[in-house]
Amino acid sequence: MPRSAQLGLSFITTLLLLGCCRVEGSEGGLTLAGSTSVQPFAEMLAEEYMRKHPGSPPINVQGGGSSAGIQAAETGTADIGMSSRNLKDKELALGLKPIAIAKDAIAIIVNPSNPVCELSLEQVRRIFTGEIINWREVGGKDAPIVLITREEGSGTRGAFEEMVMKGSPISLRALRQDSNGAVRVIVASDPNAIGYISLGIVNEQVKALRLDGVEASVGSVKRGEYSLVRPFLFVIKGEPKGLAKDFIEFVLSPEAQELLAKEGLVGID
Amino acid sequence: MFKEKLIGYVLSIIAFSAIASLALITFFIFREGFPVMVKVGPFDFLVGRVWAPSRGEFGILPMVLGSIWVTAGALLIGVPLGLAVAIFTSEFAHPTIAQALRPAIQLLAGIPSVIYGFIGLIILVPWIRNYLGGPGLSILAGAIILGIMILPNIISISEDAIRAVPREYREGALSLGATHWQTIWHVVLPAARSGIIASVILGMGRAIGETMAVIMVVGNSLGIPKSVLDSATTLTSNIGLEMGYATGLHRQALFATGIVLFAFIMLLNSLANFLTRAKR
Repeated sequence: MPRSAQLGLSFITTLLLLGCCRVEGSEGGLTLAGSTSVQPFAEMLAEEYMRKHPGSPPINVQGGGSSAGIQAAETGTADIGMSSRNLKDKELALGLKPIAIAKDAIAIIVNPSNPVCELSLEQVRRIFTGEIINWREVGGKDAPIVLITREEGSGTRGAFEEMVMKGSPISLRALRQDSNGAVRVIVASDPNAIGYISLGIVNEQVKALRLDGVEASVGSVKRGEYSLVRPFLFVIKGEPKGLAKDFIEFVLSPEAQELLAKEGLVGID
Repeated sequence: MFKEKLIGYVLSIIAFSAIASLALITFFIFREGFPVMVKVGPFDFLVGRVWAPSRGEFGILPMVLGSIWVTAGALLIGVPLGLAVAIFTSEFAHPTIAQALRPAIQLLAGIPSVIYGFIGLIILVPWIRNYLGGPGLSILAGAIILGIMILPNIISISEDAIRAVPREYREGALSLGATHWQTIWHVVLPAARSGIIASVILGMGRAIGETMAVIMVVGNSLGIPKSVLDSATTLTSNIGLEMGYATGLHRQALFATGIVLFAFIMLLNSLANFLTRAKR
């Protein structure tokens, strides 16, 4: 065989071999996909469900973000989509049905050494657009404000943009971090930083600001006083059947709701 | 005879699988990224100042500038240091010291990048914030961390180049009355130039490509950087940061960022190849 022909044949064979490796999809079982804010809670609930129903088909929880999850529920790639924002009208028009499984508040956090304890929603908006750039302008010390935001596509950012920014873009000068935890670490170490994270993971390293005079706490969320509250949703198409129906019923049961409350979320009444 | 041919055939398949994966990766990046580049317009894509995928704005200028700033800073720190170490270990150090230094430098190459990033975040960033100002998460922090990360590349390749300079060159210079340092500066380093330049370019490639450590210390803001204390985003860190959530056009735009990166790296590698071959 001429050398070039041999090389050509080898190359083609290689490509064929690579082409033969197909990923097998999961069969049976239940697939959830979507918001990475909901994901850890859904994983915890799935584990609990499996523990209580040994021998049931596997429940597979994937991330991907709220928009991707809603899309997955629409196309059937996932049995249940997870979203940490409300459905848009055009998504509702596709016949998708949201089921609220819990509520989560977004806390505006600063460093504990920051003298500022309270802001109005409007002040927060103007801080994040880059209009207010010094803490002095909102009653703090004379120091530049360091903005910390989440990356584009994050459900937490999506909810923050919807409820606080109301259409104004977040300043391009804002530092971007890729998780609630990373935002908390930066705010905990920088005395001039401000960020927003899920209320469930606020700890003593950071200070959650009072918003329009309302403290950010599970209590004020329950009383409906705190304004930055977003739903955690399961999104389904049509009526749930079989395992999906069972799992949703379990998630809405008082027992599972209590587990969610323990993790810092606010349950559905 | 047949067995011989069969073995040759099997080995060439294995060898080709490496090239095939490169070809497939290239094909995939271009297939995913090219359409969005055409849609946005290659020029608007490269020099657009605003990156806001949800509003349909895809301009990667801040990231291109971020990559350039961080990489240039890393070279400014890494090259003089690395070259000094290479000269020391090959020309001045007692053989036992050089023997001890070499594995230590190689160990530096073995530390995972996330560890560099973590050390940067915990030690370097607060230090910059407290003593130099700004948010601490900055181009300077990225440049220092990357400057240390590229040291092994620069040291080992430059050292090889310096050692490869024929003994006669040194003897000739010394016998003409040049001092040890004059010999190194005027004879050895010029003779080893192509190897040293190659080491710098490979270090540059490493600096541009590094992702994890950079995400952790540069702050990832999308503004146009104005000073080394400003935060910035690099091409790689933006892909790393956003790929988890990106869908549709946004995802394609990240692949298009990959094309730009690909072009950068290809350019640098060809330059390194060219310089090591030419100018002996």
